[in-house]
Amino acid sequence: MNTESKRKRKAQARPWVLVMALLVVGLAYSVVVPPSSSAETEMTQQIEEGKAIFDVSCSSCHGLNGEGLSAGPSLIGVGAASVDFQMGTGRMPAARGEAQIPAGEVVYSQEQIDAVSAYVASFGPGPAIPESSQYDPEGLNADEIARGGALFRANCSACHGIVGGGGAMPEGKHAPALGDTEDVHIYEAVRTGPQQMPTFSKDVLEDDDVRQIIGFLNTADEAPRYGGLGMGNHGPVSEGFWIFLLGIGGLSAIAAWIAKKGAGAR
Amino acid sequence: MMAKPTTVVEDRTDLESRPAEHGAKHPAAGTATWLDERVGLGKIGKFGLRKVFPDHWSFLLGEIALYTFIICLLTGVFLTIWFKPSMAETFYDGSYQLMRGIPISEAYSSTLAISFDIRGGLLIRQIHHWSALLFVASVTVHMLRVFFTGAFRKPREINWLIGMGLFTFALLAGFSGYSLPDDLLSGTGLRFADGLIRSIPIIGTWAEFFVFAGEFPGDLIISRLYMAHILLIPGLLLALISAHLALVVYHKHTQYPGAGRTDNNVVGYPLFPVYAAKAGGFFFIVFGTMVLFGGLFQINPVWLYGPYDPAKVTAGSQPDWYMGWLEGAVRIFPNWESHIGGTTWTWAVFLPGVGLMGILMTGLALWPFIESWLTGDKREHHILDRPRNAPTRTALGVAGMVWYGFFWIGGANDIIATRFELSLNAITVFLRVAVILGPIIAFIITRRLCLSLQRSDRERALHGSATGEIVRSADGGYDEDHVPISDGEQHALTQHAQPKVLEADDGSGPTGVPGPTKVSKFRATLSRWYLGSQILKPSADDIDEANHHEAQHGVEDAEARRELD
Amino acid sequence: MTTNLPVQDPDLHHSVEDPGIGEHVERFTDVDKGAGNRVYYTLLAMLGAVPVLAIAFIVIYFAMPRDWIIHIEFGGATYIHASAMNVTLGLTGGLAVLLIGIAVVQWARALMNDHEMIEERHSAASDEDTRAAALAQWEDGVRDSNIRRRPLLLGALGGAVGFAVIPAVVTLADMGPWPTKATRAETIERTLFAAAPEETIRLVNDETWRPIRPADLEIGQLVNAQPSNLHDVDSPSHPATPKEHHQEKAKASIIIVRMDPNSIKIPESRTDWHVSGILAYSKICTHVGCPISLWERQTHHLLCPCHQSTFDLGNSGVVVFGPAARSLPQLPITVDDEGYLIAQSDFTVPVGPSYFERDSRNDYKDGDA
Repeated sequence: MNTESKRKRKAQARPWVLVMALLVVGLAYSVVVPPSSSAETEMTQQIEEGKAIFDVSCSSCHGLNGEGLSAGPSLIGVGAASVDFQMGTGRMPAARGEAQIPAGEVVYSQEQIDAVSAYVASFGPGPAIPESSQYDPEGLNADEIARGGALFRANCSACHGIVGGGGAMPEGKHAPALGDTEDVHIYEAVRTGPQQMPTFSKDVLEDDDVRQIIGFLNTADEAPRYGGLGMGNHGPVSEGFWIFLLGIGGLSAIAAWIAKKGAGAR
Repeated sequence: MMAKPTTVVEDRTDLESRPAEHGAKHPAAGTATWLDERVGLGKIGKFGLRKVFPDHWSFLLGEIALYTFIICLLTGVFLTIWFKPSMAETFYDGSYQLMRGIPISEAYSSTLAISFDIRGGLLIRQIHHWSALLFVASVTVHMLRVFFTGAFRKPREINWLIGMGLFTFALLAGFSGYSLPDDLLSGTGLRFADGLIRSIPIIGTWAEFFVFAGEFPGDLIISRLYMAHILLIPGLLLALISAHLALVVYHKHTQYPGAGRTDNNVVGYPLFPVYAAKAGGFFFIVFGTMVLFGGLFQINPVWLYGPYDPAKVTAGSQPDWYMGWLEGAVRIFPNWESHIGGTTWTWAVFLPGVGLMGILMTGLALWPFIESWLTGDKREHHILDRPRNAPTRTALGVAGMVWYGFFWIGGANDIIATRFELSLNAITVFLRVAVILGPIIAFIITRRLCLSLQRSDRERALHGSATGEIVRSADGGYDEDHVPISDGEQHALTQHAQPKVLEADDGSGPTGVPGPTKVSKFRATLSRWYLGSQILKPSADDIDEANHHEAQHGVEDAEARRELD
Repeated sequence: MTTNLPVQDPDLHHSVEDPGIGEHVERFTDVDKGAGNRVYYTLLAMLGAVPVLAIAFIVIYFAMPRDWIIHIEFGGATYIHASAMNVTLGLTGGLAVLLIGIAVVQWARALMNDHEMIEERHSAASDEDTRAAALAQWEDGVRDSNIRRRPLLLGALGGAVGFAVIPAVVTLADMGPWPTKATRAETIERTLFAAAPEETIRLVNDETWRPIRPADLEIGQLVNAQPSNLHDVDSPSHPATPKEHHQEKAKASIIIVRMDPNSIKIPESRTDWHVSGILAYSKICTHVGCPISLWERQTHHLLCPCHQSTFDLGNSGVVVFGPAARSLPQLPITVDDEGYLIAQSDFTVPVGPSYFERDSRNDYKDGDA
C-alpha cells in the first residue's frame, strides 16, 4: 500500500501553484484593471458554461434544475463545495447508482468543475469551495499537528481507521482510505458530508481544527514505518497472517532441512 | 568428540571410562570429578549423553515453542527495564512529534520511549511481540501434530494435559502483554475483556469489579496485568515447561512407523553430539529469524494508535491472532439474551466468548480418555499413527480446525469486507451457517480421504508401486505394471494395529470366556462410529497370495509372450 | 525378567516381518573427502562472519543517529521507509545469530556421524515385586505414624490446613469494591448526567469542550460529545491519576446527531427528548462497551467497529443487526437559557453491556410506545 507519494508531490507542488496563481491574478489586476461589471459577466459566463455541462452530465439523475429525481438526490443547497468534492474525486458523474459510489477517474478539468459548482451553488445557499487558508496545513507547528491527531481520533478514526487507512461500513459500504485524498477534498467532505458520511459544521469543528486534522494526516502519511516493512498494514490480522506464513512456514521448511538424512543431506 | 558408528546402545560402554585408567588425563576431568563427587555427574552423563532422539521435522515444532518462550523471557527482561506499568497521566515530551503535548499514561509514554528514545528498544520490542505471536502459533501447531499422530495416547496422557495448561497460559501471556502498552488498540481489547467478564452469569459483575478494582477502566488494571504478565504467567509456564520436558525425556520421544521402529525401541541420533547440535543450532536459527523479523517487519506500531481513551476507537480494531477466533465468534453470534427471575443472562457474549474456549479446552483435555474409552485400548503406544490410519480422529481434528477457522475469519470480517469489497453483513450471515455446516462437510470429506489413502496403501502393500506403464495381457485385458516395494516400506504400510469395534453385551455370551470385551450398547454404538470405517490392511496371507499371484501373473505373461512369438 | 518393555505381547499381527532399520545411506561428505572439506571451510566462513556482524552491530548502536531513516524507492514503489537503526541492528544481529545456528546444524547434518542408533524403551509401569515393596513401605510408614490408633489426627490436620487457607483467600476480597445494590447504583447505573436537572449540564465536544447550539448542527451532522461536568472530574489537564475521569468518560460519552424529524420515528414517550430532530445517544455499545460513532447519515444506522452491532438512531436506537441485544440508551436533551444543548436528566437505563443483577427486559424495544 503506497499512498504517500501522490500526497507528497501535491504538498510540494502546492506553494508553487499558489504563487503562480497569485502572480497571474495580480498581474491581470494591475495591467487590465477590469471594470467591476466585467467580473459579473465572467460569473454569468461561468454559470452558463456550468449549466451546459450540468444539463448533459448531471440532469438525467438530479433533474434539469437540480431538484432531484429517483436516481439522484436534490442538489438544492448542497453548495459548491459538494460539487467540487464529488466531481473532483471522480465520484461524479457516476455510471450507475450503487450502495456507495466510489472515487474514480476525474473526467472534467478543474475549470469545468468550478463552472458546474458555480451553477449548482446558484440553486440555493450552501458551503462554498474553501479558500486555501481554510484547509492548508502550511505553517502549523508540531503541537498543533499532534492536536490534529487527537481530533482525528475523536471524530474520524472510528470509520476511517487509524491514520486514515479506511474501514468497513454496513451492507458493503466502506469509509475510504484518506491517503490519496487531496487536502481540499478532505475539507469539503468534512463540511458537506458526502453520501453516508455525517457533516461536521464550522461551528462544531472550526476551520483551524480541520486544518490540524489535515496536517496530522499529511505528516502521519509521510512518516516512515519506523519498524520496517508495513506487511499490509492491517494490524494484528496481517501480523497473524505473516507469523504463520513466514514464521511457522519458514521455520518448518528449515526443520525439514535439519531432519533430512542420507544422500539428501548435502 | 565424534561419535563412533554404532547401531546398538549396549555397545557404548567405553564412554564413561575413568581417566585414571588411561594414561593421559582429560583437561576437563578435574572439574568433572569434582562435580561427580557432589552431584553424581557421571550417572547423569551416563543416562543422558547418548540418549537417542528420533529425527523428524514435525518434532521440531515444539522446539520452536520452547525457543520463542526463551526469546520472550530474554527480550522481556530488557523491556521491563524501561516499561512503567502505571496509568498515571503525563504530557508526552519524547521525540515522536505526532504525540507532542498529548496527555498520555506512563505506560504508553514508556512504550513510546522504548520505541523511539532507547537505542535498540524498538528492535527488542518488535522481537518480543513477533516471538510472542510465534510462541502461541507454534504451541498450537505442535498440539495439532500431537493430536493427529496420536502421540497423546498412553503413557503420555499427563503430558497432553500439561500441554493443555501450557496452551492456556500461552494465550493468557499473549493477551496480558497485548494489553500493557495502553494504546487505543490495547485499551479496546481491555474494554472487550471487561464486557466478556461482565457477561459471566451470576458472578460477572463481581468478577469485573474485582479484576478492574471497580468500574472499567480504573487505574490498576495495567499494573495488575503487568504482574501477571511478567511474574505469574511466565512462572507457571516455566514450571509446566520443565514438567513437560522431563516427561518427554522420561517417556522417550515417540517415533513414526518404519522399518526397525517398534513400540519397544527408539531409533534416532544420540543427544551428544548430533541432537544437541541440531536442537541447539535450531535455537539460534529461531532466534536469528526473530531478530530479522524484529528488524525488518513492523509490528504493533503503538505510536499510530494514540493513547487509550474510553470514548475513542478505530475501525479495524483486532486482537492478536490467537484471540481472533473468539473475537469472530462474538461477532457472528446471534444477539441472545434471556431474563430469569429479575436477572439478565447475556448469552450473546458469554457463550462465544467464554463458552467456546471452555468447550475447546475441555474437549481437547478429555480427548485421550474419550478415545481410549471408544477403542477400549489400554496398550502403551510409542509408534505414532499416520493420520490416515485413524480416520475418525483425523476427520474430527480437521472438522475442529475448520470450525476454528470460520470463527477466525469472523474475527477479520471487517478487514475482509474492505479488502475484497464484500458486504460485512453478508460475511457474518454466511459465517453463521458455515461454522455449523463447514465442520460437518470437512468431517465427511476428511474421513473419506483417509479411507481412500488407506485403500491406496493397501494396494501399494499388496501389489507394489504403480509404474504408470500399461501392459496388455494375452487375453486382451489391460493392466498397469507394478514394481514391488521394499520390505521396509511394506512393513511400514502394514505396521499399524487396527483396533476392533467394541461389541455390545447382549447377554448371550458367557462372561469370563476369552474374547472381545463386551460393553454397553451405547458405548458399542459410539465405538462402531469411531472405529467402524477402516480399510482392512493386508494380512500376511493376503500378501503371500498377492506375491504368488504376481509371480503367477509373471509366468502367465511370459507364457503369453512365448505363445505370441 | 531382565527388561520391562512397554509392549510385552505386541499382538500387532504384523503382516510383514520387521526387516530392521535400513542400510545406512552414505552422504557425499562421507564418500567424497573434498565435499567434506568444502563443508568444513563453509562452516568456518559462516562462524567467522559472526564477529564481523557483531562488531557492525556495536558500531551501528553507538555511531548511528537514532533519527536516521532508510528510504529505498524504486520505480515509484517504496520498498522500505523505516528507522535505519532498527533495520540495520536487526539485519546485523539477526544474521549473526542465524549464521551460528545454520553452521551448527550443518555441522551435525554433514560432518557428524549419522548412523542411526537404537535404544530400548522401558515401560513406566513397575513390576509386581516393586509395587509390593512400595506398598509394604507405605504400610510401614502408616504404622510408624500411629495414625491407626489415633485416627482423629489426620482429620484434624486436614481441617487445620483447610481453615488456614481461608484467610489467605479472604485477603483477596478487597481486590475491588463489592458491587452491591448500593454500589451499583453509584457506579455502573449512574453517569455524570445524573446531576441534571439541578445542575445545568451542557453537551460539549470531545477534545475541544465547546458547547453546542442547535443552530450549529445541520441535518446529517454527527458530534462526538460528553457532559460539560466531565471537565471537573480529575481532568487530564491536571496530570493526576485520571481514574475517575476515565471511568466517567467510559459511561458518559455520547453522540449527538441531527436528522430530518419527518424521516425518523419518535415514540410517544420520547417526543420531548429531542430538540428539532437533534437526538443524543450513549456512545457506549450495549454489547461489550466499545465506543461507537460510525453513523450513516442517510440510513441513520450506527455501526460498532468491534463486533458490528448496528443500531437505528432514527428509531430510538433499536438493534437492526449484530450481536447486541439491547437498544442504545437515548439521552433526553433540551436547550438552556443561552440556547445550548443540555441534558434533561441521566439516561433512563444504565449504559453499556447488560449485567446479571439487572433485568433489562423492559428496556426500549422496537415498537414500544
